[in-house]
Amino acid sequence: MPRTELDYGQRLEHLSILDERGAVDDALDPGFANDELLRLYRAMVLTRQLDIRMLRMQRQGQMGTFAPGRGQEATQIGSIRALRKSDWYWPSYRSFGAQMWRGWTVEGLMLLWDGYFAGFEIPEGTNELPFSIIVGGHIAPATGIAMACRYEGTDEVVLTNFGDGATSQGDFAEAVNFAGVYKSPIVYLCENNQWAISTPFEKQTASKSIAHRALGFGVEGIQVDGNDILAVSVAVEEAVARARAGEGPTVIEALTYRMDVHTTADDPTVYRKDDEVERWEAKDPIIRFEKYLRDRGALDDAAIEAIESEERARVDAGRKLFDELKQKDYREVFDYVYATLPPELQEQRADYFAKLDRAGL
Amino acid sequence: MAMMNMVEALNLALHQMMTDDDSIVVFGEDVAINGGVFRVTKGLIEAFTERRVFDTPLAEAGIVGTAVGMAIRGLKPVPEIQFSGFSYQAFHQIEQNMARFRNRTRGRYPINMVLRCPYAGGIRAVEHHSESREAYWAHTPGLKVVIPSSPRAARALLVGAVDDPDPVVFYEPKSIYRAFREEVPEERESWPLGESRIVREGEALTIIAWGAMVPRAIEAAQDLEDERDTSVEVLDLQSISPIDTDGLVESVQKTGRAIVVHEAPRTAGVGAEVVARLNERALEYLDAPIKRVTGYDIHFPFFQVEQQYLPDAETIKLAAAETLDY
Repeated sequence: MPRTELDYGQRLEHLSILDERGAVDDALDPGFANDELLRLYRAMVLTRQLDIRMLRMQRQGQMGTFAPGRGQEATQIGSIRALRKSDWYWPSYRSFGAQMWRGWTVEGLMLLWDGYFAGFEIPEGTNELPFSIIVGGHIAPATGIAMACRYEGTDEVVLTNFGDGATSQGDFAEAVNFAGVYKSPIVYLCENNQWAISTPFEKQTASKSIAHRALGFGVEGIQVDGNDILAVSVAVEEAVARARAGEGPTVIEALTYRMDVHTTADDPTVYRKDDEVERWEAKDPIIRFEKYLRDRGALDDAAIEAIESEERARVDAGRKLFDELKQKDYREVFDYVYATLPPELQEQRADYFAKLDRAGL
Repeated sequence: MAMMNMVEALNLALHQMMTDDDSIVVFGEDVAINGGVFRVTKGLIEAFTERRVFDTPLAEAGIVGTAVGMAIRGLKPVPEIQFSGFSYQAFHQIEQNMARFRNRTRGRYPINMVLRCPYAGGIRAVEHHSESREAYWAHTPGLKVVIPSSPRAARALLVGAVDDPDPVVFYEPKSIYRAFREEVPEERESWPLGESRIVREGEALTIIAWGAMVPRAIEAAQDLEDERDTSVEVLDLQSISPIDTDGLVESVQKTGRAIVVHEAPRTAGVGAEVVARLNERALEYLDAPIKRVTGYDIHFPFFQVEQQYLPDAETIKLAAAETLDY
């Protein structure tokens, strides 16, 4: 019988709980306790404070090229809160809010972005991977971790995040496809911030959304308002629970916006209009969350001021430590290439050390 | 001791290692039910179940990328890329993650994996199934590159590669997969990586070769010995990265002459690196320039004419004779 409709047998949802004016859908509100809400708020504030500071440091010549993340705090913090310490987090490079949640320090991130190898020292106590600089290069390895967790029969879950640009890479398709086939315990969080440097989302794909891509792989998918921390929290928590229960992967698309430059080497005025940025300024994830918290009586002007100044002080302290820890470790560059240095490399290292000696380093 | 071909010897290595170590997993395209297109992984799924031996979607970057993740989580993956010519679909995962992860994480996450790839020409295959690109991986810091030349070496080096904590690209010369049999010890045998091997002793000249070129080098050496009153040494490099410079130097100090043979194109091939090292370390022992007998700097030809492209015993013999007469 010719030409019947193919039924996917799968529905896609868009989830929004807290709108940009700070109005909440009471039926969908997860009802977090005030302590938890304030913990999330504080983490978002810290993320933004670090962002502001690093940007300023870069402009003052005190920081390497840096990829700021202002505007994406809700996606970061709303997602990372769902992980246990034993779970695995593999971020892309614009993820320092979530990284700090997992134990990366202010000073460590500063070292890393300012070109010090010591910044790649992985924190203890959680399962962290250093962020991927290659766009999408980590999605398949993150999937491999999830496959190994399943192999070992643990209940660990992997969370990996990446941008809309990464979904154009073949690796995204290969990795999600693997996870679908093997029902791997992984959550793919696409932070669709609308821009891959100068390329807008509509030039990235003709797909209606990233969430729709899930259908083609036969895995769960959902789209959320990525500037709504409640929606992100709910969607990621559900996906993590499914993964932990052995029900396989989820692709989550969080709609958000890169408020600032791609990196400090970028000038967005070349490719996007101010009024677009202004429209998204109005959707700021922190402002709407503040309103929600005020409405619940969890926050007032004095508390906001106190939290901001405390988190700024954390950044200050990290900045001080960073200045103290900045050491050019010239002599360790051969140390981690192989488990044991092969003879040829021992010779090359001796040559290199002699060069350092001549330079008095 | 049993007489085995290279496929059987590799299969033995995998069977024994997987029996001893539950962290070893084997996967790739058609490796499980089918036992691999060359049957290297035959019988593994029956012995170790689909949990440890599984077919993957047809996606090389997915295979290598997920293998890196498994290694991070503590497994010892031994994935197969069906033909080395397909490994470029995974080039970025090999270069960006497999090779770099130990360094990027300051030693926290070593990548103890072995990427098995049948490689090189001579099996009358279509395009992309015959080339030799070991130089790509030898040029990549963080990787080790191994190419065995016989059944016993294949078995012992595959075990050595899994035992080695660094990521290894393991190239299997498929034209000699079933070309000859050799005694392979029943008990586990592991050869450390980074060592070359004298497979034929001689005094007048060293032929340096690897993979399927080693039997041809031995044939050329035998011909030379039969035709002239001279003895020729054959050195199987077998570890393409790191290169056993001491082994090369030691042989050339004895013979004073050398040629290097490989299937890969000549320019920037591993032969050039061998010549450079002997130039740096053994120049005063050399009585003649080191000749290279290699593939040409062209795409691997279509198979009706491939045997003329590949270095053969006659070409090797001529180059050796010229070097002896220099």
